[in-house]
Amino acid sequence: MKKSALPDSFEKARVETGIGNMDDQNDPVQMVLGLKDVRKCAHNWKTFQSGAEPGRIVVPSEVAIRKIRQIPFEVDPPEHKDYRSLVEPWFKRPLEDDYKAALTAQIEAIVDEMLTKDEVEVVEDFSLRLQSRALTLLLNTNYEEALTWISWGTHVFRSEGEALDGSKANILYDYIDQQINKARKKPGADLYSMLLSAEVNGKKMTHDEVKGVMILTFAGGRDTVINAVTNSIAYFAEHPESLDKINNEPEITGKAVEEFIRYFSPLTHMGRVATQDTQVCEHAVKADTRISLCWASANRDERVFENPNEIVLDRKTNPHVAFGFGTHNCLGATHARQIMNILLATLSKKVKSIEIVDHKDNIEDLDQFKRKVGFHSLNVKFNVR
Amino acid sequence: MAKITFITTGKETITLEGTSGSVMQLAVDNNVPGIDGDCGGVCSCATCHVHVAKEHLAKTGKASEIESDMLELDDHVNEYSRLCCQLEINEELDGVVLQVAESE
Repeated sequence: MKKSALPDSFEKARVETGIGNMDDQNDPVQMVLGLKDVRKCAHNWKTFQSGAEPGRIVVPSEVAIRKIRQIPFEVDPPEHKDYRSLVEPWFKRPLEDDYKAALTAQIEAIVDEMLTKDEVEVVEDFSLRLQSRALTLLLNTNYEEALTWISWGTHVFRSEGEALDGSKANILYDYIDQQINKARKKPGADLYSMLLSAEVNGKKMTHDEVKGVMILTFAGGRDTVINAVTNSIAYFAEHPESLDKINNEPEITGKAVEEFIRYFSPLTHMGRVATQDTQVCEHAVKADTRISLCWASANRDERVFENPNEIVLDRKTNPHVAFGFGTHNCLGATHARQIMNILLATLSKKVKSIEIVDHKDNIEDLDQFKRKVGFHSLNVKFNVR
Repeated sequence: MAKITFITTGKETITLEGTSGSVMQLAVDNNVPGIDGDCGGVCSCATCHVHVAKEHLAKTGKASEIESDMLELDDHVNEYSRLCCQLEINEELDGVVLQVAESE
């Protein structure tokens, strides 16, 4: 099997019952696997809520390592809309010409740097650095902050081999406290300052509310972006003709980005808590138990996608749910799409081929399923065009 | 060549001319408010939702199953709804009037 492949571990269960089962810290999860069911459940925020105990809708649950509510992620309508409307315009900044130009300069620089090396370990030396540098644009902070984030390594909450690491999480929380306090003393044009000066329903945001937005921003776009970037390199390594195709037909880049994101589905699933007894796919779901919306399974649903386990670079109709669906869909999607568009354009222009020298798969343990989501390490050689 | 008229949620009328590509792209390239095209036009995000004027339904034809499935769960869907990334600009579309749908 190809090293770049991310197999669909959910197929049998999706076809046979539509539901998977996962125990997680004694708070079991029924995983919803089919695309239509996932969309229906995501849309039904009243029955399947996000505003449960902070940390509970994440799988694995973060209830034990966090008391702060992530915002707007862990808030239900109607309050959800007030927070979402506040931050949404900020998270659309990646569409601006200045932002695109700055991001392009960053990505071209790091790709050029990789092309001077004999061999590269992609995860730590390329993807993590690219993700962290890009994040300074999203936060509108000093470029140097990226060095701190890079020093944390690839797993903010989890040490390799452990699902959750409370002491690592505190590194992030303490850092955010410091940054908020700094911005309070000396306001600037960064996201912390914007949040501190904003009003929601006529009231200023509390320290913990600002912290809730910032924890989400750091946590949401770290592993996901790192995996998307690394998986793209692995794919191009084993499909050099696709680098040529994008180089010769740059107009398909946007479609290729959506198709990569569908196939990689960097966020495997996200939980919800049932607010009443209900059922999904003829399976009973009791009140106050969890389901998860399994985006990764939905994105390989053979009833919707032709050749679902193939990357079809110019797939024209691609109703994927890799960025979620409905009212809580990914705020970081604009930034992520921009990174991927620029990355694919830059690689196709500058790189002729890539050779995988070594790799260590990153496999998620989902109890009933084991899913490859990316790599712990990927050593490659780049060949210049 | 086709003349395509958008009526925004702010009741502004914008008429554009296009020769090819999707109606969504034409709208986005011309900054029509309320049409975002977040997913680049692959029928994944429903941010290009329009209501086709009743008398022009023959110009646009019917939505595919995939498009209908996306529209079904939009709070502002009605029987005239289309995702305009799935509307290809051609002569048949000439004169069509599209109401930009309210977003969530």
